[in-house]
Amino acid sequence: MSSQTIKQKKEASIKRNNFIKKFFLYLILLILTVAMLVPFIWMLSASIKSDREVFQMTPFVLIPEVPKWSNYVDIWTKIPFGTFVKNTVFLTIIVTALQLLTSSFAAYSFAKLEFKHKNLLFMAYIATIAMPWQVYMVPQFIMMRKMGLNDKLLAIICLQAFSAFGVFMMRQFYDGIPNELCEAARVDGMSEYMIYSRIMLPLSKPALSTLTIFTFVATWNDYLGPLIYLKSQEKKTIQLGLKMFIGQYSSQYGLIMAGSVLSLIPVLAVFICLQRYFVEGVASTGLKG
Amino acid sequence: MNDEKAKKIEQLEAEMARLWEESQNETDIKKKQKLIAKRNTLQRKYVAIRYNRKISRETKKDLVAYSFIAPNFIGFAVFTLIPIVFAFILAFTEWDGNNPIQFVGVSNFAQLPGDTFFVAALKNTIIYCIGTVPLTMIVSLALAIVLNQKVKGRGFFRTISFFPYVASLVAITTVWSMIFHPTKGPFNYLLMAVFGVDQKSLPNWFSGSLVMLTLILFSVWKYMGYYMVIYLAGLQGISAELYEAGSLDGATTWQKFRYITWPQLRSTTFFVVVMLTINCFKVYDIAIMLAGGSDGNLSNSASVLVYYIYQNAFDYWKLGYASAVAMVLFVLVLVVTLIQFAYEKKLEA
Repeated sequence: MSSQTIKQKKEASIKRNNFIKKFFLYLILLILTVAMLVPFIWMLSASIKSDREVFQMTPFVLIPEVPKWSNYVDIWTKIPFGTFVKNTVFLTIIVTALQLLTSSFAAYSFAKLEFKHKNLLFMAYIATIAMPWQVYMVPQFIMMRKMGLNDKLLAIICLQAFSAFGVFMMRQFYDGIPNELCEAARVDGMSEYMIYSRIMLPLSKPALSTLTIFTFVATWNDYLGPLIYLKSQEKKTIQLGLKMFIGQYSSQYGLIMAGSVLSLIPVLAVFICLQRYFVEGVASTGLKG
Repeated sequence: MNDEKAKKIEQLEAEMARLWEESQNETDIKKKQKLIAKRNTLQRKYVAIRYNRKISRETKKDLVAYSFIAPNFIGFAVFTLIPIVFAFILAFTEWDGNNPIQFVGVSNFAQLPGDTFFVAALKNTIIYCIGTVPLTMIVSLALAIVLNQKVKGRGFFRTISFFPYVASLVAITTVWSMIFHPTKGPFNYLLMAVFGVDQKSLPNWFSGSLVMLTLILFSVWKYMGYYMVIYLAGLQGISAELYEAGSLDGATTWQKFRYITWPQLRSTTFFVVVMLTINCFKVYDIAIMLAGGSDGNLSNSASVLVYYIYQNAFDYWKLGYASAVAMVLFVLVLVVTLIQFAYEKKLEA
């Protein structure tokens, strides 16, 4: 009888403990959600308001009585937003494609083939990962200018498409794929190129997705690179264009927010499409250390 | 001609036989490997001469491997390696990009300590790093642990915590500067209306002494999702058996964290801290967008190293001096990374 009461008491205390744990867990999640989403909700809300309504606090309304949808129309005519979008889409797609292709190609060689000077070459890649781009951006600019790439979109492509990081990441992933798989294919008479395209590529979806997210986000959102290289209006990217717009019309918040919302949509779409591979990708590429 | 070939083949055969014997008798494993490697190169030569092959199989293999690397490596060498070498040289010169380069020795570096703008930029960068690195690490680890539990809507929470990382800086910094606007922003309005802060003493988040704090908080908010994913990957690599064993021994939640999670995540933490430090030292656009005036210039209270590099290079065209500042940035990153490596090594031992 008495042992049963002790047991009951114990169970009750465990239940209470669990309740407290759950409570704190959901409190943290609530704070997280508010902190993460409020700026985005603010952005959406402000993008359909007039400049007078944006900062109106008493009373604050999420959706104004007369939503100013015209913000989303005006942004295309007030500044050459279409040109900016075109440039950014062009750059991002080319850079991401080149990055994926060349780094997975090189990574296959580093992970699965034996050749002269392999370690030396790989060291060159590793050493530059810890080297911030900002350290050599000046000589790089001088060099590109000599090559006639100043104010050309091609400059940004050259700048972003051949990163050491991509090679490193993909190599880590390929390292985790058993060598026996390649050996068996070689015995069957497959060439290295076939092994790469038929066996390795289909297996590397998580790693490729992760690299796509990183590259896409970095290129789409890059500011300093385009700022240095792209001078003329018709070459500018969305980031530069938005910043310029903010400089010119600093009080037209509704329009700025509409442009901001538009600039977010493609990146968010890519991220949401690929995110199911994401944690797996980070885990299998050894990025966790 | 044929005689010569036969002679060469004979020579090679003899040499190979000698090396083989030597390697058989050698006991030191390293020396033995060297001998075998030597013999293998001779054998390749031998095969090439004997069967009249212009390219040996080994060379062919190398060529295939190089063909895989070439597309990336050529771009990498031209646009990264060469500029890096150039950057080291440039730091010891005076150059405006048009007139001939002048070598000036270390005079660029000698000027740095007396340059108040540089000192301010250096100080701010270091403050920013010291504030951001540990805070981001702690928050992202905590978040990863929470989101590794079985909670409802886990996928949703993981996705939204990654939103700030994905969002473009220009857009999201504009939102921040609206929300924290000193006179019109809703945050200060809340301080005034709910917490009764006097209108005159409302904080100005983007200038003066508060600006570094704002930069740090913004960075934590923007990048914690990224590092959270890395921690999540690390957490998923910890075997569940360890926790079960811990539970059997009656370990509390804190003890489980202290003695299982934390040690198991050591290499992840190492990676996170190194990446965070490197990324913090190269801060630029966050400062420009949050603290830069409408002209995009930073005052001394928010100036950072990369901003000073940019200014010297592309506003004043003092390329040598800009590169000297860049070298300081590089050395800082290098030293911090090396210290972390040494620390990690010590823990491992």
